[in-house]
Amino acid sequence: MGLLNAMPGAIAQGMIWGIMAIGLYISYKILDFADLTVDGSICTGAAVCAMLVTSGVNVWAAMAVSLVAGMIAGFVTGILHTLLGIPPILSGILTQLMLWSVNLKIMGKANQALNARQFKVVVTQLNKGSTILALVLFCIVIIAILYWFFGTELGCAIRATGNNLNMSRAQGINTKFNIVLALTVSNGIVALAGALLAQYSGAADINMGRGAIVIGLAAIIIGNALLSKISDNFAVKLFSAVFGGIIYYIVYQSVIYMGLDPDLLKMLSAIVVAIFLAVPYWKKQFTKPKKKEDA
Amino acid sequence: MLEIKHVYKTFNPGTINEKVALNDLSLTLYNGDFVTVIGGNGAGKSTMLNAVSGVWKPDGGKIIIDGKDVTSMPEYKRAKFLGRVFQDPMMGTAADMSIEENLALAKRRGKRRSLSWGVTGKERKEFKELLSQLELGLENRMTSKVGLLSGGQRQAITLLMAAMNKPKLLLLDEHTAALDPKTAEKVLNISDSIIKENNLTTLMITHNMRDAIRHGNRLIMLHEGRIIIDVSGEEKMNLTVEDLLEMFNKASGDEFTNDRAILS
Repeated sequence: MGLLNAMPGAIAQGMIWGIMAIGLYISYKILDFADLTVDGSICTGAAVCAMLVTSGVNVWAAMAVSLVAGMIAGFVTGILHTLLGIPPILSGILTQLMLWSVNLKIMGKANQALNARQFKVVVTQLNKGSTILALVLFCIVIIAILYWFFGTELGCAIRATGNNLNMSRAQGINTKFNIVLALTVSNGIVALAGALLAQYSGAADINMGRGAIVIGLAAIIIGNALLSKISDNFAVKLFSAVFGGIIYYIVYQSVIYMGLDPDLLKMLSAIVVAIFLAVPYWKKQFTKPKKKEDA
Repeated sequence: MLEIKHVYKTFNPGTINEKVALNDLSLTLYNGDFVTVIGGNGAGKSTMLNAVSGVWKPDGGKIIIDGKDVTSMPEYKRAKFLGRVFQDPMMGTAADMSIEENLALAKRRGKRRSLSWGVTGKERKEFKELLSQLELGLENRMTSKVGLLSGGQRQAITLLMAAMNKPKLLLLDEHTAALDPKTAEKVLNISDSIIKENNLTTLMITHNMRDAIRHGNRLIMLHEGRIIIDVSGEEKMNLTVEDLLEMFNKASGDEFTNDRAILS
């Protein structure tokens, strides 16, 4: 029964990381930009939220500030890449390192408690029922907004930029602007997930973002493997990232329950992601390309 | 319509790979001109098109489109004057986006992209009409991802995109070179009819001398980064491949060694 009791917590945590994965989906899948900023920006979101709420600010206002703080982080990575010509991965790493100092300065220490008994929060592990309900609403609203946004002229321009830079410029799309914009939006959502995570777990910690990109990728990959056959619809793709996050945390709780050393979990996650990333590559190496139809 | 004035471009200057790609190149295109461009490998054909479309800034000289000096204008801004089709069929379209989304992206070329819908219902009707003119059956697959289409189909769509909103100048960079002969012929015919219908001023690079003679009203040949042959009107209509080769030998004092061009 211990495992079953752990399930609501796994689902709630999975959904928070699923929201983070939605943010990552924008940079990784739509923009084709492996953005390591997220390891820092998720902590920034958590730190900002924890500090503001504990100093008496309304939790919704605090989350809004977290969102903006994450957007600024994404903006910086975008500028490093487009204006200074630094390669994507390195731009993300540089911002991530900057954020390490920023996050310490925000909290003034390495850890900031956010006690749900003391402060009014939206999600908390003390009340998993209302937390899951709130997270479902969060997911629906975020997916709806992004579904709308990526159907607009501006959203289409971002998708084209991620698809084909040459074509985009030839069609008059300012690719640099779109890269910065997408990274800004992406990290805003990641920081919002960080704010939720701080409320849920009752603390913001300087190390909480370590390896976040791998968990987010795992959620995207697992969700895609399970749901991509169902529909090509963009909303379904975003939902599958959340679903992947939930599955990830259910598996996570299960292997802990079965007695796996938690120290090994990060390695396990990394190996799972590596295998899933390798599959399409190996498929290409060993199968002949499908013949395309004639014009 | 287009003026290229004394344009120079050297790649990798000061290194062992230094290559003078454009050497005092000048060319003027008039409204409605359809110019075919030939020349051996490394003669500067694609470099000339890249200079016009603004992929980089030339080392010297000026590019003027429709009376406007665009020499320092970035590529994405210049795009509003231009329609471009590339040699690689993968390069002209966004593979993960649908046919209608790709066409809609082209429709917004040169306009500010806002938060209104990326494709409108009115445009869907319009695109259906356009696609049916290609006679490739694409009008019934408008929501299919472009990545699922063949090279010929993708080039045909890229042509529609390039001609969208009647650009001041259409640039075709060996756009049939990667296709099989039958498909190449088809795409070339589509190009011809689109150019005629919209009366587009066009620069078309080809490695096929016969195509260069058969299409367009003017033919230029590039050699070592400058124009060595420029024929138009009656004279061009009566040209043969042998004439061209002879003109090349005379103009360059060189044997034409690009056998790909001779054979085709």
